[in-house]
Amino acid sequence: MTDAVLNAPAARRLRLSTGDLVPILTVLLVIMAIWYVAAIRMNATWERDQAARAGVELTLPDLVSRTLSQDRPILPTPHQVAQGLWEGVTGQPVTSRRSLVWHGWVTLSATLAGFAIGTGAGILLAVGIVHSRSMDQSVMPWAVASQTVPILAIAPMVIVVLASTGITGLLPKAVIAAWLSFFPVLVGMVKGLRTPDAMQLDQLRSWSAGRAQIFWHLRLPSSLPYLFASLKVAIAAALVGTIVAELPSGATAGLGARLLSGSYYGQTVQIWSALFAAAILAGVLVALVGLIERATLSRMGLTR
Amino acid sequence: MSALPLLGVWLGGWALNIWLARFDTRATRALVAVIFGATIVILWEMAVRIYAIPTVILPAPSQIADSFVANRSILWTDFVQTILRGALTGWVIGALAAILTAIAIDRSPFLQRGLLPIGNFVAALPIVGIAPILVMWFGFDWQSKAAVVVVMVFFPILVNMVAGLKATDPMQRDLMASWAAPYGASLWKLRLPAAMPFLFNGLKITTTLALIGAIVAEFFGSPTRGMGFRISTAVGRLDLPLVWAEIVVAALAGTLFYGLVALIEKKVTFWHPSQRT
Repeated sequence: MTDAVLNAPAARRLRLSTGDLVPILTVLLVIMAIWYVAAIRMNATWERDQAARAGVELTLPDLVSRTLSQDRPILPTPHQVAQGLWEGVTGQPVTSRRSLVWHGWVTLSATLAGFAIGTGAGILLAVGIVHSRSMDQSVMPWAVASQTVPILAIAPMVIVVLASTGITGLLPKAVIAAWLSFFPVLVGMVKGLRTPDAMQLDQLRSWSAGRAQIFWHLRLPSSLPYLFASLKVAIAAALVGTIVAELPSGATAGLGARLLSGSYYGQTVQIWSALFAAAILAGVLVALVGLIERATLSRMGLTR
Repeated sequence: MSALPLLGVWLGGWALNIWLARFDTRATRALVAVIFGATIVILWEMAVRIYAIPTVILPAPSQIADSFVANRSILWTDFVQTILRGALTGWVIGALAAILTAIAIDRSPFLQRGLLPIGNFVAALPIVGIAPILVMWFGFDWQSKAAVVVVMVFFPILVNMVAGLKATDPMQRDLMASWAAPYGASLWKLRLPAAMPFLFNGLKITTTLALIGAIVAEFFGSPTRGMGFRISTAVGRLDLPLVWAEIVVAALAGTLFYGLVALIEKKVTFWHPSQRT
């Protein structure tokens, strides 16, 4: 689905005439323009009310300049969000509770822990499913069914229950992240481990290879492209899981907690900068997995 | 010692499944899955009773079933508020908007090259995070939940639909052109049907997303009904069986929703190789 875009060689994307850079920038500029206009329109009501109360007549340039620099705008402008991000990152020491870097690190550590657990579980289950017919028939339907449960929606409850038993901190969040990231890995790995065709399997049998040898020499290597594609989905899912797990009231650390406290106190700029911090984090994580993928697959000669 | 009966049930179910799995017919496959699920539920019930696990941590399935029956009317109100009004409305609006957008940008390669990478990027973002913002804009009732769902389902469906509209080969398009088919006819008769498997892939992915969006948005403010509202208040009162009953409703609704979409897919894309049994 997203492979085609994610795997496009960077060189081709950055070529001006035929590449994607110009169209992407154009679309981004249009989005920015729409955003500014929307910000002016949505914030104008409040400014007009203020002016009417003070009995002042607002000229249009005045109105525009005021709507773009409100303290608690209904819709912050892009430059306010950028400023909020900049101040959150550089405005105080990294260890401060107001620093976005610190909150980002809290979220990131839980995400990576959950991602590791989920990926491990997904790979182990996939290996079991490929090698055991009874496991395939009993586990696979339930794995699919487990994904129709809106686990994210009950994540806060899981956190609260675990907290009541004295388990707090990173682990409960990691459990939610793992739950979300195991499924893509499981599905991708099952598909990947089953890619070797009858011809290749027969070849190994004619060399009298055992099941273990077939697994290590044929199934595992040929599953890697599928694994990496799933890992990209899984790491994004793990991040979403962690952020939602940080939403229950009482959470004080992490990007999810920043979103919540922002919405309690009407600090819209804080909400938007936390949101963008999460977006940047997601982008960086997916890009990192993509880099590892490219390095690994090109070493193995599997790049398409 | 107390783990022995648990182990016995587990091994019994496992042995039965190993024996059944050899037949590999449609009926035995369904049976294997059912036996596995039943084994888990029985083990859960036994574990709670044997180890006397407090209700606050993990209620037994029987307690959850009791709470489900006792709170039928509450569960129904919540179901209507969250699933039918919030999730379903938002999902339909988001899907229609995404399909129309896909058809619109399909005519312009420039827009495709610009929008798709951004769409892919946005599809991987924690969009749930916009819930507090949209609750501020659209108020506490179901409209704000629907708005969150619209944004959440839009990008995955868009990306899939655009990929689907590209899924015809030049030979087929040339055939259409040689019959002098105008753009509309070729879209309607060839490219839309060819895009259906991709579109349904996107629709199936987003069924769960829609439920998640609607329930999570309720944590940021809701009227005094709805599944998210009920879950957060019941946790506060430590009424865990009710919370789990809500989860059962959410799971059933999610499975039903997904099943319905898959059923429609079977009817629409009966010609596709993946539908052959």
